Amino acid sequence: MQPLTEIRIAGFGGQGVILAAAVIGRAAAIYQGAYAAMTQSFGPEARGGSSSAQVILSTEPILYPYVTQPDVLVVMSQEAFTRFAPQLKPGGILIAEQDLVQIDGLPAGSRVYGVPATRLAEELGRKVVLNIVIVGFFGAVTGLCDPGALRKAVAASVPPAMEALNLRAFDKGFDYGAQIVAGLA
Amino acid sequence: MHADPKGVLTGVHFMDGDHACCEGALAAGARFAAGYPITPSTEVVERFAARIPTIGGIFIQMEDELAASIAIQGAVWGGAKAFTVTSGPGFSLMMEHIGLAAMTETPCVFVNVQRGGPSTGLPTLPGQADMMQARWGSHGDYGIIALCPNSPQECFDLTITAFNLSEEFRVPVMMMLDECVGHMTEKVVIPEAESIEVTPRRYTKRSPEEYRPFEPQEDLVPEMVKAGDGYRFHITGLTHDERGYPDMSVGTQDRLVRRLTEKVKPAGDGRALYETGDLDDAEVAVVSYGITSRVAQRALQLARARGIRAGKFRLITAWPFPERQIRELAGLVKAFVVPELNLGQMVYEVERSAAGKAKVIPVTHAGGTVHNPDVILDAIMEAVR
Repeated sequence: MQPLTEIRIAGFGGQGVILAAAVIGRAAAIYQGAYAAMTQSFGPEARGGSSSAQVILSTEPILYPYVTQPDVLVVMSQEAFTRFAPQLKPGGILIAEQDLVQIDGLPAGSRVYGVPATRLAEELGRKVVLNIVIVGFFGAVTGLCDPGALRKAVAASVPPAMEALNLRAFDKGFDYGAQIVAGLA
Repeated sequence: MHADPKGVLTGVHFMDGDHACCEGALAAGARFAAGYPITPSTEVVERFAARIPTIGGIFIQMEDELAASIAIQGAVWGGAKAFTVTSGPGFSLMMEHIGLAAMTETPCVFVNVQRGGPSTGLPTLPGQADMMQARWGSHGDYGIIALCPNSPQECFDLTITAFNLSEEFRVPVMMMLDECVGHMTEKVVIPEAESIEVTPRRYTKRSPEEYRPFEPQEDLVPEMVKAGDGYRFHITGLTHDERGYPDMSVGTQDRLVRRLTEKVKPAGDGRALYETGDLDDAEVAVVSYGITSRVAQRALQLARARGIRAGKFRLITAWPFPERQIRELAGLVKAFVVPELNLGQMVYEVERSAAGKAKVIPVTHAGGTVHNPDVILDAIMEAVR
């Protein structure tokens, strides 16, 4: 893990944006011995269409609580892309739900990874786990968290009856990401 | 006495400050809460309402904050540990009953998750502008205790401390969170029940014939009874004698009000909670609290990297203000820098305590987000100039 990594995850309300951020934070803070702080956008705009969460991962205690310039931006809607893409750190990573986001214009040197997370989730029979597919994909393409820690955090973040489905969703996203990374290597 | 394991969610959690505050209350033994929902504090009682049926206790959503702040006091005199939770506008409505709790020496906890004000202000965004209101908001002279956590872990730990202090001093204790700390999610470690110390209520051992409800003990705090135990007692917001009966004489007023103010002083002197760092060689001390203390710490790192001898004094106990510690520090540093999410509140206490021995530089902010660490750094650089 890098000394300090800023992550923003954004999309529609109902896509599980906050849970995705919580899984990543939990993996780092509880299963990897690192530090993580998650904050959410609680503005009035978060009470309808859009939803956004920020996670800071660090090897040191986290002082400043907010994300200023994300190293990793995960977007699950076009609106989220339009709003937050300009903030992405140069050389940062953009992860997009590729069926929902059309990418045009990014800071120089950004790395872009697309994943059809909603479709992959539908293949598992439940569109609702698209956020966990994204978490798996995030794990594979960023390498920021230990995959085992992320898996444990998924299991700890969902109701017991949903655990198996969510772990399948995680693996599906992770494998999809691993193939892309292998293809680039 | 140890915490009741029923209320202790032992484990390592990834939890926000509001939820951690609720778990602290449950661990401390709170079995009654009353509240009226208000952002950004609602999550505290929302969680309490969900958890309490399995533990054994009561949550009531009241018709407003006045009702919530008096319901908890009824519960306390019925034998429960109780608290209420609110934010700025609701805190304003609770002021009358905070005074009643102070006057009747009712141990209880008021949690205020501060947002930007005045009035409805910034419902979803942080502020620290209720600090003076916590101390002086109700009319008349009285003492209170107020604590300021700067992380979800401290929201848990200090809520237990708040309940313990309220029982020890028989005083309303204010937990002064801010929106940022309340809504921030981090690792929270909840220990085993047997390692959590809980202060029991100071129930009298005297017989009903001998018991005098407001007779101070050596530490100026009287002993309690609870309704239904066979003791005859009277509780009133009127000036009262040691029997609890109204007595408007000048002498009784003087004795009572001085005692209400004096009894909490140890909580701000020898017992004050604070955190220091890098003060040994410091020319500048940054005094801060709550979320601002974390941003200030970042500014202190930047200052030290530039070779500036700056250190921290983090207020955990805001009230009673640890004036002796600040006075002593004023003899050692050139200046204090005081960032806070308001236009100047605790800075006046620092100024008063420093008594002209060191320069005091406020770093004000009207709220809505936290300071930019560079702004605090600039003030530190100005202070050493």
